Amino acid sequence: MKLRALALAAAISAVGLTSATVSTSAVAQAKEQFFPVLVYRTGAYAANGNPWANGYVDYLKLVNAKGGINGVKLSFEECETAYATDRGVECYERLKGKGATVFQPLSTGVTFALTEKAPVDKIPLITAGYGRSESQDGSVFTWNFPLLGTYWVGADVAIQYIAKQAGGLDKLKGKKIALVYHDSPFGKEPIPALQERAKMHGFELQLLPVAHPGVEQKATWLQIRQSKPDNVLLWGWGVMNSTALKEAQATGYPREKMTGIWWAGAEPDVKDVGAGAKGYNALALQHSAEPNAKVVKDMLDMVHAKGQGTGPKEEVGSVLYMRGMLSAMLSVEGVRKAQERYGKGKVMTGEQTRWGLENLNLDQKTLDGMGFAGVMRPVQTSCLDHMGASWVRIQTWDGAKWVPANDWYQADEKLLRGMVMNASRKYAEEKKITPRTPEQCKL
Amino acid sequence: MLYRENGQFKTTYAADQQIFTITQDKWFVIAVIAFAFIGVPMIADEYMFRAILIPFLILALAALGVNLLVGYCGQITLGAGAFMAVGAYAAYNFQIRIDGMPLIAAVLLGGLTSAGIGIIFGIPSLRVRGLYLAVATLAAQFFCDWAFLRIQWFTNNSSSGSVSISNLQVFGWTIDAPVEKYLFCLVFIVLFALLAKNLTRATMGRQWMAIRDMDVAAEVIGIRPMYAKLSAFAVSSFFVGVAGALWGFVHLGSWEPAAFSVDRSFQLLFMVIIGGMGSIFGSFIGAAFIVILPIFLNQFLPALGSIVGVTISTAAVSHAELIIFGSLIVFFLIVEPHGLARLWAIAKEKLRLWPFPH
Repeated sequence: MKLRALALAAAISAVGLTSATVSTSAVAQAKEQFFPVLVYRTGAYAANGNPWANGYVDYLKLVNAKGGINGVKLSFEECETAYATDRGVECYERLKGKGATVFQPLSTGVTFALTEKAPVDKIPLITAGYGRSESQDGSVFTWNFPLLGTYWVGADVAIQYIAKQAGGLDKLKGKKIALVYHDSPFGKEPIPALQERAKMHGFELQLLPVAHPGVEQKATWLQIRQSKPDNVLLWGWGVMNSTALKEAQATGYPREKMTGIWWAGAEPDVKDVGAGAKGYNALALQHSAEPNAKVVKDMLDMVHAKGQGTGPKEEVGSVLYMRGMLSAMLSVEGVRKAQERYGKGKVMTGEQTRWGLENLNLDQKTLDGMGFAGVMRPVQTSCLDHMGASWVRIQTWDGAKWVPANDWYQADEKLLRGMVMNASRKYAEEKKITPRTPEQCKL
Repeated sequence: MLYRENGQFKTTYAADQQIFTITQDKWFVIAVIAFAFIGVPMIADEYMFRAILIPFLILALAALGVNLLVGYCGQITLGAGAFMAVGAYAAYNFQIRIDGMPLIAAVLLGGLTSAGIGIIFGIPSLRVRGLYLAVATLAAQFFCDWAFLRIQWFTNNSSSGSVSISNLQVFGWTIDAPVEKYLFCLVFIVLFALLAKNLTRATMGRQWMAIRDMDVAAEVIGIRPMYAKLSAFAVSSFFVGVAGALWGFVHLGSWEPAAFSVDRSFQLLFMVIIGGMGSIFGSFIGAAFIVILPIFLNQFLPALGSIVGVTISTAAVSHAELIIFGSLIVFFLIVEPHGLARLWAIAKEKLRLWPFPH
């Protein structure tokens, strides 16, 4: 390499570095509520990450189109994590400096890493339908909000559903239930809850891990073929789900006996399998695909019709798109609630938003007013309960679309509360955290 | 042009054995280290520390360890990520299972455990060479992935398989703020880089290099291949293990085996190849290239787009990042197969003659 070329390269990279530093230090405008958006539009999980991200961003645009939160406009910035923990942490560090309101990492691995950081930076962490199950206990996990449901809720409801099919919880005795799970904190989260239930009802739990990203499942399904479990729980994400369904089809395992978690119950998971996945059930985190909801119509009219839509129009109303929208809605409502206390029309800090999220009270009337009628049920959080609701429906793939069933399930509060308290106390002890008392909660 | 060694005569053996024989070089390095300790904490912000400098330092330490094995001893390894994992999990277990375990001791014990495991997985190197050895070390990677995922004891029966550590303390000094974490890592890396430099100049390093250049000839002149190869594995794994412990304790705080996956092993090997095999300085440039460049591209491309007036979507930025990163690797390997460190050496050579080349 010639000296001149070398000097030129050095000069160019120096200029580039400077401009990058300048661009990162540019602060978000003061009168806007800034929402960082951690997404994964590339990598092994992009097919599922994309609709969620589009729904999230579109909802923020919709709020802006409706005039913001009491007049405060929303701004946002995406950062690509590719579902990798270290990139997620980098994104967090990058965006928190811009006055982040709340983070939603959409990855249990990143959630674990950020749980340590959020209290220091005083930024709440919403993990709607994922994350650490014990973080429901707000007295220890002050900054975590696993709103709408945790994996223990999912596991509990899945067992209830299987029992109902079998004709009662007592009929579970002697049955064999296999858990096919993504071998990561995400997939391992439900295991304690399932083990608890297995002890109570006397069924056998078979654990079958699948390595990331989950395209290699031949051995797993061979085991299923040999041990013939009565039911299979599918705890997968991304390409792992469609692979599992294809393998089930190949090994002839009845799809009707498979129940997926809400992350294994979206269109990208079954579309490629099509009719082969017919009869497959999945939990629905309250909502299923909701193309007829009012909020979806609003979205099409006020955002997509103006050419502002983030993704393709057809995607609006699909399961993961709805999940993204709900997640964004929860953040926005947290800020709205905080404004009631700290001043309407003001930009809320992370700490103020945390109060809002902790005192969230979305009753059916409010939800209906926002266009979420039929999509979700009321959510009410408190200092001790950061989850707010544990309603779950079951949806079935009919070969072309998801059909939600009409009966609603709720996790066994008595059973889970004890587990949550045990796990969170253990965490508090390890980290030397003093749980908040009810008096401190009122502050 | 800038400086020459003219007039600097070595009159003693001690002077001849200095790490940096040229005064200007010595002062330059001292100035860089002083800047890292004093200047950087004054100018860098939290993002810079947490997202760029700390990962860079820790991975540079790991790359240094890999370079000792691959660059100096010629034994290709694809198990570096596994040794990082061993270091991290061993340090974690020492920390939580023994009451009052000092942090530094836990980190070093993590490194020692990793060295032990490194020796075991280094045994195949006595029989197989080159690519075959690379495949054999890959076994370490898969074994460790399996062990830390399946054996509950290693993760203290954590139900999710994720472990976390907090409240880092050294002699009553709580390492909490990003700048403290940075300084903590910096102390480690400076000491270990010095150690590595001296090792490679001493008997052990010379034995490694002899084995690398031609193992039969080395054996003929009286170097024991078993001792040389296994010591290289041990020392390299020790460095990598310490880096792993720092990665878990200081950088992540909470981790799962995926943090030390096979991707990490490849990443470390690429750092060494791109930075320069058999060069301490090369490990640093390699780490900088691999850690900083993707993040830089990720932020620079949207900024560039906004200057031109184009909004680039997040996905397009990520794809472009991978494409540019890949092409730069190919470009640098074609232009200078010996790595960026060699490029730096050439630049210095040329500058010596500038502006009057022959």
